[in-house]
Amino acid sequence: MAQQLTAKEPTAEQIAEQKIYQQFGVSDYEYELICGFLGGRKPNYTEIGVFSVMWSEHCAYKNSKPILKKFPTTGPKVLMGPGEGAGIVDIGDNQAVVFKIESHNHPSAVEPYQGAATGVGGIIRDIFSMGARPVALLNSLRFGRLESERVKYLFENVVSGIAGYGNCIGIPTVAGEVNFDESYEGNPLVNAMCVGLIDHDKIQRGVAKGVGNPVFYVGPATGRDGIHGATFASVELSEESEEKKTAVQVGDPFMEKLVMESTLELINSGIVLGIQDMGAAGLTCSSAEMASKAGNGLELYLDEVPQRETNMTPYEMMLSESQERMLFVVEPQHEEQAKEIFERWGVICVKVGKVTDDGRLRLFHKGEEVADMPVKALVDECPVYNKPSQEPAYYHEFSDVNTADFAEITDLNGTLEEILASPTVASKEWVYNQYDYMVRTATAVQPGSDAAVVLVDGTRKALAMTTDCNSRYVYLDPEVGGRIAVSEAARNIVCSGGEPLAITDNLNFGSPEKPEVFWQIEKSADGISEACLALGTPVIGGNVSLYNENAKGAIYPTPVIGMVGLVHDVDHITTQSFKKEGDVIILLGETRAEFGGSELQYVKQGAPVGRPPVLDLEAEKSLQQSVLSAIQSGLVASAHDLSEGGVAAALAESCISGRIGANVSVETELRADHFLFSESQSRILLSATAEKAQALLAHIAQYGVKAAVIGTVGGEDLVINVNQKAAINTPVTKLEGVWKDAIPCLMK
Amino acid sequence: MKFAVLVFPGSNCDIDCYKAVEQTIGQEVDYVWHTATDLSSYDCILVPGGFSYGDYLRCGAIARFANVMNEVQKAAEAGKYILGICNGFQILTEANLLPGALIRNNGLKFRCHQSPLEVVNNNNPFTRDFEQGEIINIPIAHGEGNYFCDDETLAELQANNQIIFRYAGDTNPNGSVDNIAGVSNKAGNVVGMMPHPERAVSDILGSADGKRMFTSILNAWREQHGTAING
Repeated sequence: MAQQLTAKEPTAEQIAEQKIYQQFGVSDYEYELICGFLGGRKPNYTEIGVFSVMWSEHCAYKNSKPILKKFPTTGPKVLMGPGEGAGIVDIGDNQAVVFKIESHNHPSAVEPYQGAATGVGGIIRDIFSMGARPVALLNSLRFGRLESERVKYLFENVVSGIAGYGNCIGIPTVAGEVNFDESYEGNPLVNAMCVGLIDHDKIQRGVAKGVGNPVFYVGPATGRDGIHGATFASVELSEESEEKKTAVQVGDPFMEKLVMESTLELINSGIVLGIQDMGAAGLTCSSAEMASKAGNGLELYLDEVPQRETNMTPYEMMLSESQERMLFVVEPQHEEQAKEIFERWGVICVKVGKVTDDGRLRLFHKGEEVADMPVKALVDECPVYNKPSQEPAYYHEFSDVNTADFAEITDLNGTLEEILASPTVASKEWVYNQYDYMVRTATAVQPGSDAAVVLVDGTRKALAMTTDCNSRYVYLDPEVGGRIAVSEAARNIVCSGGEPLAITDNLNFGSPEKPEVFWQIEKSADGISEACLALGTPVIGGNVSLYNENAKGAIYPTPVIGMVGLVHDVDHITTQSFKKEGDVIILLGETRAEFGGSELQYVKQGAPVGRPPVLDLEAEKSLQQSVLSAIQSGLVASAHDLSEGGVAAALAESCISGRIGANVSVETELRADHFLFSESQSRILLSATAEKAQALLAHIAQYGVKAAVIGTVGGEDLVINVNQKAAINTPVTKLEGVWKDAIPCLMK
Repeated sequence: MKFAVLVFPGSNCDIDCYKAVEQTIGQEVDYVWHTATDLSSYDCILVPGGFSYGDYLRCGAIARFANVMNEVQKAAEAGKYILGICNGFQILTEANLLPGALIRNNGLKFRCHQSPLEVVNNNNPFTRDFEQGEIINIPIAHGEGNYFCDDETLAELQANNQIIFRYAGDTNPNGSVDNIAGVSNKAGNVVGMMPHPERAVSDILGSADGKRMFTSILNAWREQHGTAING
């Protein structure tokens, strides 16, 4: 065993004595365990490096495993749940949809363009390494207030990075959400999601099958970029984070396009036994996981690894997160066939190892064995921590805040405009016009509606997809907020004409070392699980991003929900825009004076207080069933989920996108301002032609859902009367101007 | 009629072009790899959009050196129909098959949205099924679509009716000279345009106006070859 590799690297003895392992995030306790797994031997520099990334939160979920166990992960349509690159759900006709969301928060905080770009690149690889053709990208972004120069810089470059990668590789970015709040100052969230299509018989797994089979490396040469990226993602950002720019990788979407096409060609040739992308922790994670899943071992010959820098050490090669790389296994007789495919695409493909039966990951370099570790210890034996959990003081303090107790707002037109101009609610055209959302010519509903809809070529089917999370609600009550996040995602799918299928979640939280943060994680996972069970949408995969903190403390708990639904027939595709003069506007659900975490509260008072709106899952389920079946019966002209800004904002958005006005008149026991801006849950705004309105009301009534005719579509103004008094009366073009200009103005 | 859709490393609208030919006019169509050395069996060559070779140098500057471009040159000289869309347009200007150049959008950002175009010249194999002056909706998606040429070239383009499409009214999205969205060579058999007609072939995608570019090509070819239209 070569303990010393280069003059720079400390010896195993020095690592132990000087506790150098602590710099890699390995605790004394974990270090002792590692020595035990090595049969009492002290790990050398390469080995401690490999262990530290495999045992990081990012790879091992050591703090979040107890949480993840709460999620329902099975269902009649689930073909693959969490554990592989991405989850898979059946959509009939031997086809399935593959999707996953992943965060790139810390890299984006330090180097926003490359951080975001490589986040997109990574999630695309997760999808095509399953054998699926990526068909759409989504994202979920959080930034601080858009007033500061730093936030503008981050926002501008994150959007550019997403655009730069997705546009070049030719996968449309069809939907997403962008929210702004002080909470994310200095620690933006960049979550990217990819959706792919696959035939059932093409599904791949990341397994190193067949002792003696060769292991191939595909993609560009390995450099020193991204070393310790996974560990970097598992600590809090600090002043020194700027210095960790080398832990951020650089993306090459052109190379990924070539790797994607050649990999899919290889998979379609039917010779692949196992394949996995090199994501976080690069060669280390992909090789260890592939060996582990097959119950095998793996030998890697590091001199064979393509290197783009000189004198790279085994440590550097194993920990590099150079992008656009894959690892696969074929039988020896298929070696040449595999190589030919990659040669045709101009992509490097070299044999770097072989599958063994000893259950060990053994690394060889310059004729010596430089590391020898049990695969099982790397992948499965990281200790799992049940962190202490404690209800935060604010939660108790907020319990008796009456969020509706504020002086009645009389300038309702002005308030509506203020909400429409709030960057979280305002049009995101500035963002999505930078994304190619049309390439692949299957985007039927473009960004800006409740959910995007992408056609499934050669069928009458389509996929509806969305990302959602109102983190202010989650902060105020994580359990209710978790329920709302799933419910709202499903409501968006339903409003687009889709049947919600499943979710992928991205759990973005602060440091789990803080009991109050751990409490938020636990409770929101409970809420997500309850909603997933009630709505029949299991969790098929996801990602955990902890340690999202800045100088002021933890971010709001932000469990982003990515959801995909199946539109059974393209005729069911529905949008939020009002369609034509004379159509009847119907409001479903009950409106109560609920303002905890609302946009009104944010705009008027600042930080969120109180409790979020209540959410009754039974009521939610009935609402969604009633609307989906009404849409499928052809009764609905438009459907729009009520969310930030309440019924006033929803009416404005339906008018703006339909380029038509509306005349609304309601009778309510609530104050006008309460009715207009409340964010009560389980509400949907429908419109229907005058001929179909009665049938629609009768249909909805069968589900026991409250429905009220509140007006008609028409004219050029949005006119809302509450209890016979004028509340809102504004030209739609004016509202459109306010809503569309808000972000471009701030970014000038 | 037989179509070729060229495939360079990094092309990403090749599938869309292929589908558009199949769906709009149902003609035979093949993907043709950038290494191909014979295009003689094709009547129309589509140079699709994307990011050939990553566009890390000037857009299209590397693709013009691909083997297949020699054949495209020959096809252009033989009077065959050649349509470059987006990156395809950039490649054709780099290859000097079309005048002018495409530079960075004046807003310095990638832009993707529907774009109203004016059909400036319908006396062309690619536009004969449009009305002269008609406004059609075709989406754009580019970061470097700002058409530039010197005054002399512009005067020539105008004099020879080589401006095929302009961005309508005040909608110029990228700063193009004279609002130019698409041009032809002098002979009219080579056209390049930044907007994507292959993305506008059915109402469900937001516009079906692009269909008529494909029917135009087929009808022009049939007329040229004495086949009865719709025959």
